[in-house]
Amino acid sequence: MKRHTHILLGHGSGGRLTHELIKSLFLKHFRQADEHFLTDSALLDPGKGQIAFTTDSFVVDPLFFPGGDIGKLAVAGTVNDLAVSGARPLFLSAAFVIEEGLSIDMLETVVQSMAREAANAGVRIVAGDTKVVERGKADKLFITTSGIGQILPGAGNIARAAEVMPGDLILINGSIGDHGMAVMAARNQLSIGTDVVSDCACLHQLTELAVAHGGLHFMRDATRGGLAAVLAELCENRPFGIDLFEEKIPVSDGVRGMCELLGFDPLHVANEGKVVMVVSREKAPGLMDMLRQHPLGGQAAIIGTITENHPAKVWLHTAVGGTRLIDLPAGEQLPRIC
Amino acid sequence: MKYIDEYRRREHVLALADLIRRESRKPLRIMEVCGGHTMALRRFGLHSLLPDHIELISGPGCPVCVTSRQFIDQAIALSRQPEIILTTYGDLNRVPGSSSSLEQEKARGGDIRIVYSILDALTIAAQNPEKQVVFLGIGFETTSPATAAGILKAQMAGLFNFSVLSAHKIMPPAMAALIDQGVNLHGYIGPGHVSTITGSKIYDFIPQKYGLGVVISGFEPTDLMQSVYMLVRQRETHRPAVEIQYNRVVTREGNLKAQQLLEEVFELRDDWWRGLGVLPQSGMAIRTRYADFDAGKRFSVEIEPTREDKGCLCGEVLKGLKKPTDCKLFGKACTPSDPVGACMVSSEGTCAAYFKYVTIQ
Amino acid sequence: MCLSVPARIERIEGDTAICSVGGATCQASLQLLEGQLPQPGDYVLIHTGFAIQKISEEEAAETLRIFEAFDELNQQLDEEERQTGQRIV
Repeated sequence: MKRHTHILLGHGSGGRLTHELIKSLFLKHFRQADEHFLTDSALLDPGKGQIAFTTDSFVVDPLFFPGGDIGKLAVAGTVNDLAVSGARPLFLSAAFVIEEGLSIDMLETVVQSMAREAANAGVRIVAGDTKVVERGKADKLFITTSGIGQILPGAGNIARAAEVMPGDLILINGSIGDHGMAVMAARNQLSIGTDVVSDCACLHQLTELAVAHGGLHFMRDATRGGLAAVLAELCENRPFGIDLFEEKIPVSDGVRGMCELLGFDPLHVANEGKVVMVVSREKAPGLMDMLRQHPLGGQAAIIGTITENHPAKVWLHTAVGGTRLIDLPAGEQLPRIC
Repeated sequence: MKYIDEYRRREHVLALADLIRRESRKPLRIMEVCGGHTMALRRFGLHSLLPDHIELISGPGCPVCVTSRQFIDQAIALSRQPEIILTTYGDLNRVPGSSSSLEQEKARGGDIRIVYSILDALTIAAQNPEKQVVFLGIGFETTSPATAAGILKAQMAGLFNFSVLSAHKIMPPAMAALIDQGVNLHGYIGPGHVSTITGSKIYDFIPQKYGLGVVISGFEPTDLMQSVYMLVRQRETHRPAVEIQYNRVVTREGNLKAQQLLEEVFELRDDWWRGLGVLPQSGMAIRTRYADFDAGKRFSVEIEPTREDKGCLCGEVLKGLKKPTDCKLFGKACTPSDPVGACMVSSEGTCAAYFKYVTIQ
Repeated sequence: MCLSVPARIERIEGDTAICSVGGATCQASLQLLEGQLPQPGDYVLIHTGFAIQKISEEEAAETLRIFEAFDELNQQLDEEERQTGQRIV
């Protein structure tokens, strides 16, 4: 490895260079898994009961941004998909598509970040794959992670939102839009910036506490499409709707400023460390106290209620006293003059 | 945030809503000409606070929506020239041309870049001396001074690989044409940021000639509610006039320096508006002395014949004669992610604003 | 149309102002402003990277005073309604 500073096509050839890369870089950092890593499959015992299984690809540009990087994102994103399904994340796989010429130092920084995040989260990266494509055929680095988790006792219905009912309250663990705006500012293509830091984080400890607390009827991490997409999807074709209260939704000053300048709606901006929870009215105060004591829930807030008054629709009660409908975002938000 | 938060106070909005309800007796049809107002009204949910007999109609003040399909076709033809880098505001990205859009051309390999400012386009020109950088100039009097400044800056810097394709337009002819073409109105909410540049004096002919009021409004909820209230008072007292609600940036004379720049670089020409047709002296052409920076003059490209979509009611919607929901295509063949008409393309277009922020009645 | 935002000037470099809007920063050319150039601490309206107008502090305060007056008027009418039991228009 020492001979090379940048990824060559040969690093993906399956030959000696590939082997070296795996041993000197991936195994070095994911070492708790080395008994599996060089075989074709990891052999795992997920324990008894239901398992959750998910996969996600990460293509963020730039690779490094305030608050995180593509590696941290690739671990946290898949951990969170498991966590909000009511599962305890156990195992991850990671597949790398690398553009020829990527600096090996940069790759190592990303891999270290993945290893650190996985260790903090208590999940093991047990399988991997590496491909190298010619310069220009990919943008630096793409990572796909898949994950397996064990469904927690009593959490089997959470992902399906089967028990959501009118009167339930809607909680979020903090401010919205931080990830999307931090990444946009980090791209440095606009003469606009902010010190907002991505909220990228593993949420499974928080979600596990919430499951244990009881009364939890639904969870979803608000990633692409933002808070608006989660809520619009939650009540689509369902016999209940949502009343959302704009003034209760935490938004940081940086995100607000960016959104004013760019003409974006914070409700539609991506997050990577925010979970929306629907909880019974009785259990909500206790859950709020618990969330607020957690480092990832200090700004937790009750932002809405489930209602039978307008089925399948999300109404936003605006801070100035008006009302409007919230729908799925139409497409990517672009900076605009008008 | 100063000058934003204090204009979003709920108690002021609700007090104004109450005053409007108390004082408004006669039916009132007002048009917000500016797409920014359309968006703000919907974003803050203000329609839900007004009585039923006050009707707000969205007008033609979204530059994307009134831009001709032929302009898009010309831009697409330019983007197909290998030596050209096309730069544009994000607004035009998805606007359908006759058979393609800039978004589709980019996917096919055209070098099309979205910029936040014309200054970004100048930077691209400086960084790519072997290329021709064409900037698409769209917008009304708010935006055209930036284009004028950009052209002057290019000339100073000797950036002769930079040019502008201008579709800039001015607002007053459209406001007159709407009334001439039979749109039934009692008053206008005047475009606040256009007026920042032009001053309020350009609307004097509207009460004089047509007997309609114009209240130039800011974009925050209390601004808009106060403007509606001012129009209610004008209507109840039969005294149409040009009034400025947005005093903190709009004066009677406007920004004279910006006006001088416009005069220096542009001259008026007859121009085609979607839905309104050709309006005399309503478009802004680059003057001959800056012909070096006029992409329309510098590049002769073959443009495909313009083809309009059948069934699209954009023109009628722009005139406020039809609502988006009257259009058969709305929400079905025509959505923000797959728009047919220009009113759906721009997020400030009437159809997109309707789609996004459907008012709760 | 014309998305424009009030921004606070933090510092000025040549004919460009570095401005803030809440927790975001942006650059704005001062080329289009007439008369005396604004100073750090002043607010300008920004559109596509250009400051298009200084914001008048006096007029802004006046507008707010009017809102307060509307609010008071409305409360006064509410109060009279409560006392008389009649809707006042």
